[in-house]
Amino acid sequence: MVSCDAIVIGGGINGLAAAGKLAASGAKVTLLEASDRVGGMCDVGHLCYGLDDRLEKSLKLSDHGLAWLSTNLPSTALSETGKHLVMQGAWGETLAGDVSAADQAAWQTLRTTLLKNASVLAPFKSMTAPRLSRDHGAPVWKLLGQGLKIRGMGKDALREFMRLMLINVADVLEDELSDDRLKGLLAFDAVLGHFAGPRSPNSLLSLYNRISNSVAGQQAALALPRGGMPAISKAMEAALNARGVTIKTNAAARHIGIEADRARSVTLHSGERLQAKLIVSALHPQTTLMSLVGAPQLDTGFVRRTQNIRSRGTTSMLRLSLKDHPDFRGADLKSRLVIAASVRAVEDAFNAVKYQAFSAEPVMECLVPTAFEPTGKHELTALVQFAPHDLKMGWAKGKPAYLKGIMQQLERYAPGIGKLVLQANLQTPAEIATRFGSPGGQWHHAELSVEQMFFLRPAIGLAQYETPFAGLYLASAAMHPGGGVTGTAGWNAATQAVKSMGAT
Amino acid sequence: MKNAQLHFRQPLLTSPFHVRTSAANKLNNWGPWAGYTTALAFTDETMEYTAIRNQVGVYDLTPMVKYQITGPDAERYLNRLTLRDVAKLKPGHVHYTAWCDDSGKLLDDGTLFHITPSKYMLCCQERHLPWLLDSAIGFDVDVKEISEDIAALSLQGPCSYAILERAGFEKVKTLKPFQLAEFKLGRSGKVMISRTGFTADLGYELWTTPDHALEIWDLLMNAGALNGIRPFGSNALNMARIEAGFMIANLDFVCATTALRPDRTRSPYDMGLEWMVDFEKGPFNGRTALKREYDTSSTQWAFVGLDIEGNVEADHSLIYFDKKHEVGHITAAIWSPSTKRNIALAMLRRPYHAVKSHNLWVEIYALRELEYHKLMVKAHVVPRQFFNPPRRRATPPGLF
Repeated sequence: MVSCDAIVIGGGINGLAAAGKLAASGAKVTLLEASDRVGGMCDVGHLCYGLDDRLEKSLKLSDHGLAWLSTNLPSTALSETGKHLVMQGAWGETLAGDVSAADQAAWQTLRTTLLKNASVLAPFKSMTAPRLSRDHGAPVWKLLGQGLKIRGMGKDALREFMRLMLINVADVLEDELSDDRLKGLLAFDAVLGHFAGPRSPNSLLSLYNRISNSVAGQQAALALPRGGMPAISKAMEAALNARGVTIKTNAAARHIGIEADRARSVTLHSGERLQAKLIVSALHPQTTLMSLVGAPQLDTGFVRRTQNIRSRGTTSMLRLSLKDHPDFRGADLKSRLVIAASVRAVEDAFNAVKYQAFSAEPVMECLVPTAFEPTGKHELTALVQFAPHDLKMGWAKGKPAYLKGIMQQLERYAPGIGKLVLQANLQTPAEIATRFGSPGGQWHHAELSVEQMFFLRPAIGLAQYETPFAGLYLASAAMHPGGGVTGTAGWNAATQAVKSMGAT
Repeated sequence: MKNAQLHFRQPLLTSPFHVRTSAANKLNNWGPWAGYTTALAFTDETMEYTAIRNQVGVYDLTPMVKYQITGPDAERYLNRLTLRDVAKLKPGHVHYTAWCDDSGKLLDDGTLFHITPSKYMLCCQERHLPWLLDSAIGFDVDVKEISEDIAALSLQGPCSYAILERAGFEKVKTLKPFQLAEFKLGRSGKVMISRTGFTADLGYELWTTPDHALEIWDLLMNAGALNGIRPFGSNALNMARIEAGFMIANLDFVCATTALRPDRTRSPYDMGLEWMVDFEKGPFNGRTALKREYDTSSTQWAFVGLDIEGNVEADHSLIYFDKKHEVGHITAAIWSPSTKRNIALAMLRRPYHAVKSHNLWVEIYALRELEYHKLMVKAHVVPRQFFNPPRRRATPPGLF
């Protein structure tokens, strides 16, 4: 039996972050990854919308090979007629492409408000969500401190902040802007990775969540690492190796051993058993608690709340190998290419998924990685919405049909792209779920909507990274503040674990 | 097939014994119980009570909520669900137990029947199927509500064994309290007989299928004719159970599932059920919370028996310390005919159940010809079992 200070289960971004934080606090850490390499779901993405600054700095990721090709990639709202709109600079500092003066001005006002409101929310992300019960006073004071800062915005700004807090993004966009391309792009960004349409309640909050993130100090970044997204996990891996973390790949955890209300060991599928004082699981809480620990160890009410964590993925990943670079009616290929013609187009695409069907005209964000780093080959990646993980007609039959629909949609915006395709690889939410062991194939493990955020994330009584068992902590993206490739949840969890372990 | 959506057309079901009970119910006195029409009294509730204590009575137990738990993990499942150690409950035995939510607050109490190695029956007052099913996640068990699949009678009173013997079930002689056995009934039927009851007297409960209900009713009535057997209603049973000191969910405590006010839920320690809690048996619902309650001695309430001076029933009265400070309330009270005492079951705030129990007063509003007379009557804390005769436990049972 192997013995160490801490075991981290799961080598996705949050597992890596947790291992990094634990190692930084002097623990001898073993990280277990089920597949043959670390990175997990962050390698499914193609752009980075936020990476926790603490992680980048403490682990000195730049020393381990992480470099950004850009942190402010332009976004092109594609038009079927070639009249594209381009958001340039930091989250659309300027708009290009025949935008009316009225919309230019309205966007600048809206952009300032949204960025400011989002930045108010950012500090909440790096803290452990407070408990509201009376006997857990300290974090509530911290919360009140942040609350006072919000109060300091001034009466009018605060009123506006409150008005917008739980509103849907469609209402805001339609109130303030008139350009369909811009509205479609922003609506798409608000719901990317979510089980929500722009008209779903609190969909603006998910846009806030996204633009409150930053990469290398740049708020609302749209960042592309040199070498693509796997570069982030590679740099993390190198940083962990440098700190003496033992990384075991092909080491799937099967069971977490509990003795006298304390997590003591992890047994692998191979039968190997590892012991540690501290076990931090970056797997989905349902997997950690219901499968690895086992429901019989838990109280029934707790099982209910864990079972009820909603984790419906809607995003698929498409990878096309192409004969030549595609032509999106002249759009700059060194930008993010978004197909989301209007708020209505995004909402219509979402409607299907409510009925366990996929969108007939999906919305998507495309990237041509080979335009940034030429390799001699041509590739296009796309995050496509919406499709459910539990497709009613079944994915065996549904996948070719969905791919056909996606290609037809691409053809409208990039005529002739179909003929360029050498190979198409589509990963549906169901496949993402299987491949990464994340229920529903949901990006954020648990859906990010207000009833599953902050002290409700992922469920009541589970929001402090702690479990009913001493020595077992949750570092999944399902924990506050949620997913993306930020690593914040993992970092927070390890911080909390170190703090609690120090106290005992 | 019965259309389940039309259930509202018959808000209360009738039990398979209804043909007999309705014929016997001279008072036409009915009340609802767990979705069934139930006789509250048949002819005279005092006479029915007297039959329980001095002869023998029959009570239609069919409305009792019943769950069947089967499968290889049944014991492990029930150990996680309930407070007592089910590993100690051997086949052929019954035990009284209770179960809690995550906060260690009571959801219900009931009796658990271990019928065959992998088959159990759980009987209780309230319905809990969603809780039982969610508790089954991760266990290889099958949980099924069988309330309507079983017709049950409770045969209670000193002559109950004599009647079973005459009815051909003389083998129940060897059954000790809380044991059960299966018997043939007529040519094709089966009946399970358990030495259990809710009266603190010698008594048995008979469990069969609805198609054999009338057969067993007639068998008992014929066998007991000379002993003065008679059906009794819920009113008489309630008198007997108060004398026995038995609690009923949602009468003596509010189930945690339905409690609206946060201070209304009760833990096993509040209700005097601490003897059930087994911290050594492994995880069970509410264990962490109960351990904390135990370790910090933070129990708020005590469920006690009260002996009240005078003879005015004190149902639902408030209890005062030194006639001034409210310290509890009565949940059930009667003038006890058998013990000739004015008794009550009561919730008292600690420590008024023990070290400060010497100066307790009950405020009774006695309705006398349309006017309330307010009485302040001295009360004494006593053990809850007001009536507990040796014949209840004697094996072989007495042939009265």
